[in-house]
Amino acid sequence: MGLLDKKYHDSNIIIVSLESALNWARKSSLWYEQFGLACCAIEMMATAASDYDFDRFGIIPRSSPRQADVMIVAGTVTMKMASRIERLYEQMSEPRYVISMGSCSNSGGPYWEHGYHVLKGVDKVIPVDVYVPGCPPRPEALLEGFLKLQERISNETIIEPRETEQESTEEEKEPIEVE
Amino acid sequence: MTTEEITEYLNREYGGNLDPTYAEAGDSWITVSPSVLREVAKTLRDDKNLQFNNLMCLSGIHYQKENELGVAYHLHSTIHDHKLVMKVRVPEDNPVVPSVESLWKTANWHEREAYDLVGITFRGHPGLLRILTPQDWEGHPLRKDYEQQESYRNVSTGI
Amino acid sequence: MAPVTSPQPAAIENRTMTINMGPQHPSTHGVLRLEVTVDGEVVTKVKPDIGYLHRCFEKYAESLGDYAKVVPYTDRIDYVSALHQEMGYVIAVEKLLELEVPERVEYMRVILAELQRIASHLLGIGTFGLDLGAFTPFLYCFIERENILRILEKVSGARLLYNYLCVGGLMRDIPTDFTSDTWEFVTSFRPKIKELNDLLTTNSIFIDRTANIGVLPAEVALNYSASGPMLRGSGVSWDLRKNDPYSIYDRFEFNVPVGQGEMGTVGDCWDRYIVRVREMEESLKIIEQALDQMPGEGDVKEAVPRRIRSKEGEVYVRTETPRGELGYYIISEKSGPYRIKARTPSFVNLSILPAISKGALVADLVAIVGSIDIVLGGVDR
Repeated sequence: MGLLDKKYHDSNIIIVSLESALNWARKSSLWYEQFGLACCAIEMMATAASDYDFDRFGIIPRSSPRQADVMIVAGTVTMKMASRIERLYEQMSEPRYVISMGSCSNSGGPYWEHGYHVLKGVDKVIPVDVYVPGCPPRPEALLEGFLKLQERISNETIIEPRETEQESTEEEKEPIEVE
Repeated sequence: MTTEEITEYLNREYGGNLDPTYAEAGDSWITVSPSVLREVAKTLRDDKNLQFNNLMCLSGIHYQKENELGVAYHLHSTIHDHKLVMKVRVPEDNPVVPSVESLWKTANWHEREAYDLVGITFRGHPGLLRILTPQDWEGHPLRKDYEQQESYRNVSTGI
Repeated sequence: MAPVTSPQPAAIENRTMTINMGPQHPSTHGVLRLEVTVDGEVVTKVKPDIGYLHRCFEKYAESLGDYAKVVPYTDRIDYVSALHQEMGYVIAVEKLLELEVPERVEYMRVILAELQRIASHLLGIGTFGLDLGAFTPFLYCFIERENILRILEKVSGARLLYNYLCVGGLMRDIPTDFTSDTWEFVTSFRPKIKELNDLLTTNSIFIDRTANIGVLPAEVALNYSASGPMLRGSGVSWDLRKNDPYSIYDRFEFNVPVGQGEMGTVGDCWDRYIVRVREMEESLKIIEQALDQMPGEGDVKEAVPRRIRSKEGEVYVRTETPRGELGYYIISEKSGPYRIKARTPSFVNLSILPAISKGALVADLVAIVGSIDIVLGGVDR
């Protein structure tokens, strides 16, 4: 908190709405679940590694879904994997977010036609917050996806909390598409 | 040795009547009947002049026009450095081929794959289960007349 | 004082337990699931369960009806070494169609393939270190990997899945500064291997975790048809670039590094690792020679057919990828491909896992899986 200490050194009281404080804390430490499915996982690793450096956004990989805030579905989801993805999502605690990375998890991607074993879009099994297009998306695109997610988180309110899965069955939230 | 020489050698030494097949382009191959497949495979592996110790690839094929299923064995000898393509064909309604798992361990997973995707049963395989698709999957996807199931465990496989 | 009696063995409950590793596990390199039977901490049986990334490549290859359309799908078989998958495929189709490829294209393919080999090994080594708890080498490896990806991106326009090779040639011409970029990379990368060796190869914790672990004897490796660093780590000098040269590999001088059991037994995890490190140096040698010999001028699309006229017949072509022998078995009809089977090294190499992990500790299992260096896209296709 070095920066804040310097800025507010004579009075250590900051007046802020609870909402923005909560949202600020939430969006600045998005821990994602470290699990890759296919090609996109390699780009996800590249984003986490030296050149693109996820850490500067407070985005850190966690190996357990219990400790993760975000799930990046990085790659092709197959029929065999679909139920496992669902299980992993259920294990995450609220508030939880999902980024669908790459064409395959968005819509089946190149495997939409004859891919008998490929799930045509991960949104058939779990709700998705941000779709990142590309095959595979560049690391910059994934970072942009995270920035969009942060934007969404900062607009959340306590009075109207983010719809949980049970409540959202009636009306789905409009997903954001990264340019 | 080339395919012709190997066939000639096998016919001379073991009294078979194998005949290599040629296509317009690419490799030639020999076709053996499923009843003698294991015997031929064992000879190919153990004969001093052949010593095919490496099974490079094993593929299942569906010949739709002939209503037949086939298996292609790509053999290679690291000792003599020669290759051979061996094929076996069985009817679609009774696709049983003897397993070569005990000769080349690598055949284990390849045969499971051929069973999974093409639907060939390998007699004598220690655990012939589906390998790529789930155990409760319907049909064999690489058959030419395969029809995709509409849903799997209540999740639609379509768009 | 009453004599102290040690607890009777019968009082200890002695039974095995089955635990599930994956498909979501940070060190299974993707979506591999292992059914592990353990007796305490000792692994008694491993049953790999694959297919969580089965993307129907073979169905696609025969359904698309055109040889040219398959190339992007071959990329996605083994996405860490996409150029090798393309190269194997286009060589197979060229053999079927009896196409002659211009010299410049051949050299370019070799240079790109070797760059890709280094990039792939860097990823393999980095994640192997990561599995064993060494985070720093991973970061260092990725800096170098990004340098290669930058070159490849300049050439092809993509970072990971290139779709750059095509039957008979290359998709587009080579950028003018490709040679100078590659030279710059080669000179800067050589000292980095030394750095990597200091970080990982001679690190005593790393040696403790990998030496004498997961020993694969040469005869078992051959019976399982293992290939690549998996086979060479067991002391068998077998490299298709040397033993069954394809493309123009017979023109270059390079060595085939094999495992010698320097830190333990021949064929252990450390040997498989060191083969990869040494192969990177050999790849640098090949790149240097190829850059020197490459013709400066020439149309890379000269031999590309406007429409591929398919022939009846079949070919099996194998090439050496960073993970081992990649074979394409193509059965062709007049109308197009009838059946294309990809024999991937990851699939075959992984089938050895049950044989070599018996008796290892659970923690060692991670090291063994990491040292096989599988890519699940290659295993499941």
